[in-house]
Amino acid sequence: MNASGDSVVIRGHELTKRFLRDKQDIIIALDQVSFDARHGELTALVGPDGAGKTTLLRLAAGLLRADTGTLTVLGLDAALQPQEIQNRISYMPQRFGLYEDLSVQENLDLYADLHGVSTEQRKDRYPRLMEMTALAPFRERLVGKLSGGMKQKLGLACTLVRSPDLLLLDEPTVGVDPLSRRELWEIVSALVEREGLSVVVSTSYMDEAERCAHVVLLHEGKVLADGDPDSIRSRASGHSFIATSVKAEPARGLQARLIDREDVVDAVPQGGQVRTVMRAEIAASIADVDFQPTTSSLEDGLMMLLRKQTTVAPATGAAIELNGKALADRSEVVIETHDVVRKFGDFIAVNHTSFQVRRGEVFGLLGPNGAGKTTTFRMLCGLLPATSGTLLVAGADLRRARAEARQHIGYVAQKFSLYRDISVRENLDFFAGAYGLHGTRAAERIEWALENFELKARESTPTGLLPGGFQRRLAMAAALLHEPRIVFLDEPTSGADPLARREFWRRISSLAEHGTTIVVTTHFMEEAEYCDRIMIQDAGTTLAIGTPQEVRDLAGDSDHPVTTMEAAFIAIVEKARQTSAQAAA
Amino acid sequence: MNTAKADAATARSFVSWRRLRALITKETRQLLRDKSNLMVGLFLPVVLILMFGYGLTFDVRNVPVAIVADDTSPTAQDVLAGFYLSSFFTVTRPTSMHEAQQLMLKRKIEAIVHVQTDFSRQLASGNASIQVVVNGVDANRARVLQAFAQGAIGQWSIKRAAAGEVAALPVPAVSLQTRLWYNEANNSRYFLVPGLIVLVMTLTGALLTSLVMAREWERGTLEALFVTPVNSNEIIISKLIPYFGVGLAGLAMCILAGKFLFGVPIRGSLLLIIVVSMLYLLVSLSLGLLISAATKSQFLASQLALVLSFLPALMLSGFIFDLHSVPAVVRGISRVLPATYYVEALQTLFLVGNEWGLIVKDCAVLALSAITLLILTRRNTRKVLA
Repeated sequence: MNASGDSVVIRGHELTKRFLRDKQDIIIALDQVSFDARHGELTALVGPDGAGKTTLLRLAAGLLRADTGTLTVLGLDAALQPQEIQNRISYMPQRFGLYEDLSVQENLDLYADLHGVSTEQRKDRYPRLMEMTALAPFRERLVGKLSGGMKQKLGLACTLVRSPDLLLLDEPTVGVDPLSRRELWEIVSALVEREGLSVVVSTSYMDEAERCAHVVLLHEGKVLADGDPDSIRSRASGHSFIATSVKAEPARGLQARLIDREDVVDAVPQGGQVRTVMRAEIAASIADVDFQPTTSSLEDGLMMLLRKQTTVAPATGAAIELNGKALADRSEVVIETHDVVRKFGDFIAVNHTSFQVRRGEVFGLLGPNGAGKTTTFRMLCGLLPATSGTLLVAGADLRRARAEARQHIGYVAQKFSLYRDISVRENLDFFAGAYGLHGTRAAERIEWALENFELKARESTPTGLLPGGFQRRLAMAAALLHEPRIVFLDEPTSGADPLARREFWRRISSLAEHGTTIVVTTHFMEEAEYCDRIMIQDAGTTLAIGTPQEVRDLAGDSDHPVTTMEAAFIAIVEKARQTSAQAAA
Repeated sequence: MNTAKADAATARSFVSWRRLRALITKETRQLLRDKSNLMVGLFLPVVLILMFGYGLTFDVRNVPVAIVADDTSPTAQDVLAGFYLSSFFTVTRPTSMHEAQQLMLKRKIEAIVHVQTDFSRQLASGNASIQVVVNGVDANRARVLQAFAQGAIGQWSIKRAAAGEVAALPVPAVSLQTRLWYNEANNSRYFLVPGLIVLVMTLTGALLTSLVMAREWERGTLEALFVTPVNSNEIIISKLIPYFGVGLAGLAMCILAGKFLFGVPIRGSLLLIIVVSMLYLLVSLSLGLLISAATKSQFLASQLALVLSFLPALMLSGFIFDLHSVPAVVRGISRVLPATYYVEALQTLFLVGNEWGLIVKDCAVLALSAITLLILTRRNTRKVLA
């Protein structure tokens, strides 16, 4: 036992790491980062994409060398003795590091062999790993044929073929649905509690950070805060309120009104009300709103910290200027699906699904991986024909008049799908042309897009060199050039930081207010609160459809009310799975 | 903790057999499960064998030739008999020179042999000529054809002179006695089969391994593998061994096909052929791995492998184009290509015999190339990202 007898497993001191992206474009991934991770504890590195989480974990795993600063892992210098560190730790990279053409068992065996786990040790370990991950029935299955959640559990199992002195997990729950997410956290928490395992995990989810004993908040390569969750929450204590409109104003409208104010630190819809962070004395100056103090969350604390950093309100200037007044009549049905089925061979991806979306509605599609969200989404955009059933989008039957329907829709793909080598303006020029805009009209619309999405200063930057947040803005701007009646957004906020997410939803609110219909998929359950109505799917079947309140009511009962969307989602999917398992038995 | 200590000890040694075995097992399973690997490794050699063995030949045989005989005398027929009987020509008989020209334009025939009406008369006066028109589009082939036609007529002249009659062509005082050594029948398959083995070794070697490291980089699996006690030597060796096996299977197929399908003689030692081939296989596998480790992208790696290994092996190794007739610069390039030495060694071993001086030199060059490439690959396979 060397320095691991000391209570610190990782100690970073003023770590700086730069990457050269283009010839002269240097990215500072880590800027003078100092932090400790303690023995036998769960430490979370929290931050949005590009905060430096992955770089920090790779430094600790001996996969990268810091430019300056020192990093000690298990008492060893990470720059000088990477192999000694790698002999003792386990690491799960973001893509799990599994071999897709090997079976579950073969992957486990490979890592057990590499770590020198003896046959006797395996007899003890394997059944426990199988029980923990519930992968026993799939031992012979090729990893490429497992679901995302199963791969993630197997990836974890491979890191646990022996007891490592330190476990590093890089965003283990990215792209994984709430149910699988919960299962993974149960496994990790149990390991820390029972076996005293030291774990460092990176995540962009605040609720995951809440579970950790120690949180290191990273933002743009710098440590924003470092401490236990309570110490970060306390930054916002006395500043957190639940706001309710006295005039029965819908939550999204109230949220938009609050977040537009310079003196409000944060406002997000929550359970039909609006969670607000602000100085207590401001409450009196806001008319028609009732503010009740509430306990601060980690995210509230983070928003306070971010606000201090940037001094810019989260959604300043995000509201979009649109022609015409707010839409009054919202009765027109713009999307109607009836009994839609989509099969891939024998596999039923979408099973007899019917729903309607009205003009100006924000409609959310939620579901675990493989639930049929993406298939439903693609059928609505006219990218994939339905096997049977009818789909009417903007009054056009997608079976017959796909081109006509497309004129009225805008589509923002999950993956950035603009041309990276050409500038922001050239991309907008191209998309204006593609949508059939020309002359002064095209010029007007491009000007509008540059103005409203704050892209003016970067109009001649090659798109590939834009920071992630600007790329997302540009993608959305391009999809709105032809003033579509319906906008489809696939996982638009995945990987975005809290500020960018608020900015995004503020834009969505102003679009909806002016009568644009929004269909959106998301895996941030709390974002469902921004939607007028949501649909939850699992295994191709619609499980619930309605307003967030209706869905929450469906999940709980009067004795056990469900307050968060995440809990509602898990309850509904589990209930449905139990019912179908009983039916099958 | 015990295993960790043991790991720490073995991690410093060159390889750990336990880890190496685990990695080789993994690599072999991946190799066997990925259909595209087997296509390149086993199916492609078969296609190449059949294509080069049956389709591609540089021999001149059964060339369609038109004979226009305006002189129907027995003497004229006697001259032409050489063309009818030769296996080099397939004769058609258009009725007029005009018709023959049309056939030539349509590329139905490659040459016209024209015997004019007054041939017998001119022959009697000792001043006869036969017109031979050869399609010169393919200059190489035309030259060969021309020589054959001359040969056919020359043979007749010699025979006639011997019989004491007036020869059509002047009979040389010294007659040339040509012999083709090592390839008596002048059969192009004899040198194509060794060349074929070079191609197969290059393809299975460089193309397959060029994908393996890049694939792990692209799929992110290397990141997880790096954070284990595994060392770089183990990663490299585990990737060489299974593909070495595939290469040997290809070699066996080529040698068997050469011997039994195409009847190519093996005049040197079979063992030496195998030894030289193993050395070259190592060169080619290491080149692939080096490309793969350096590019980290499957697409780029496969393109580079084609450009850097397969095409030079095909064009510049002396397999198809004679290195003595190429410009000095190209010859210079070919001299640094390992494939050139392998072609030389194989052609010698197949057709000449155990020419020790040459073989030892070739083996030394190949071994040196393999070692250099492996050292470079090792340098490019550090357990560090970015």
